[in-house]
Amino acid sequence: MSLVFAGICSHAPGITGRAGMADPALREPLYAAYQRLRAQLLAAHPEALVVVAAEHFANFFMNNMPSFAIGMADRYSGPIEDPAWLGIPRTSIPGNAALSQQLIREVMQTVDVAFAEEWKCDHGIMVPLSFLTPDYDLPIVPVNINCQGPPLTPLHRAWAFGEALRRAADRVPQRLALIGTGGISHWPATPDSGKINEAWDRELLDRWARNDKAALLSYSDPDTYREAGQGGFEIRTFISVAAAARGRGHLQHYAPIPIFAVGCTIATMDVGA
Amino acid sequence: MSLYQLQKFLYDINRDSRAQEQHRADLPGLLDRYELTGEERGALAAGDIGLIYVLGANGQLLMHYAAFLGMSWPAYIQAMREGVARHGPVRAGVYAMTTQMDDKVAGV
Repeated sequence: MSLVFAGICSHAPGITGRAGMADPALREPLYAAYQRLRAQLLAAHPEALVVVAAEHFANFFMNNMPSFAIGMADRYSGPIEDPAWLGIPRTSIPGNAALSQQLIREVMQTVDVAFAEEWKCDHGIMVPLSFLTPDYDLPIVPVNINCQGPPLTPLHRAWAFGEALRRAADRVPQRLALIGTGGISHWPATPDSGKINEAWDRELLDRWARNDKAALLSYSDPDTYREAGQGGFEIRTFISVAAAARGRGHLQHYAPIPIFAVGCTIATMDVGA
Repeated sequence: MSLYQLQKFLYDINRDSRAQEQHRADLPGLLDRYELTGEERGALAAGDIGLIYVLGANGQLLMHYAAFLGMSWPAYIQAMREGVARHGPVRAGVYAMTTQMDDKVAGV
């Protein structure tokens, strides 16, 4: 079949783990936006959900850090974090090893990707899933891009990876949905946690919604670090979704929520031809 | 500088239940498995989140270690500030502090 749905959303652990510390007037509209994203996702009748997240050392460390990795198992576990800390119970998530292998074989035609027959999901996947498939009844294909341990893959390779994912999705019989997860500007896990550069975020989201490849790839890591913090390196996941979807994006929710440490974002993207 | 080894310790603790058990039962023995400087070993032995932060540990590793040690979110954030106040700016990595000591941008 093909790609039947594409979107992006925030994955910050505070969204679930520090829910009680947030102003309900900020929190509830975000949660409602996740529910709308869930409804749109389900309306596309996907048979599997490809989740492109950012590596946070749940599976890989600097002894052997892939730029891109794809899970290839029939079952995954998560969250790796303390369930009480994250606010998400530990659970088992279905996968589809055969589907993963088909996707990986095609992606490998243009992008070298690591595969993993074991995969522990961290907040990058669990926070979105806790809203989008709270019963964990839709098989996932977990995907990670290294956005943590420099040297990081260049943005144009994140784009190429997205293109490869799309080509692979178009060659399998299943209906696939794609969600990219990450933050835009943010300084998580520092004393700056809660600092958000809204202007930078809105510019990034505008470039993303226009699917402006040149503008998206024009960011440099030093500029991103200065303007958007180390968390800004996660734009790689959003860029890969734009490359895969080939359509225009629709921002459905954006609101800086400091106690969640990020400008909380929900958006969909038309799947172009 | 053996920041790699310090971070490897955090990575192992975060994902390996046996390492967590040894942390509780025999922390010195666990630390012996890593090639740490005296300062790094002292910081880990004391659970000194502020110093571990200043040494340059990646925040995605340190955040979960602080939770493992039972620190609340506000206590963890404040411990990093106090680490910088005591030991100076973050020495390595990409998790530098850019706000001022009294800035509490998220209210904690």
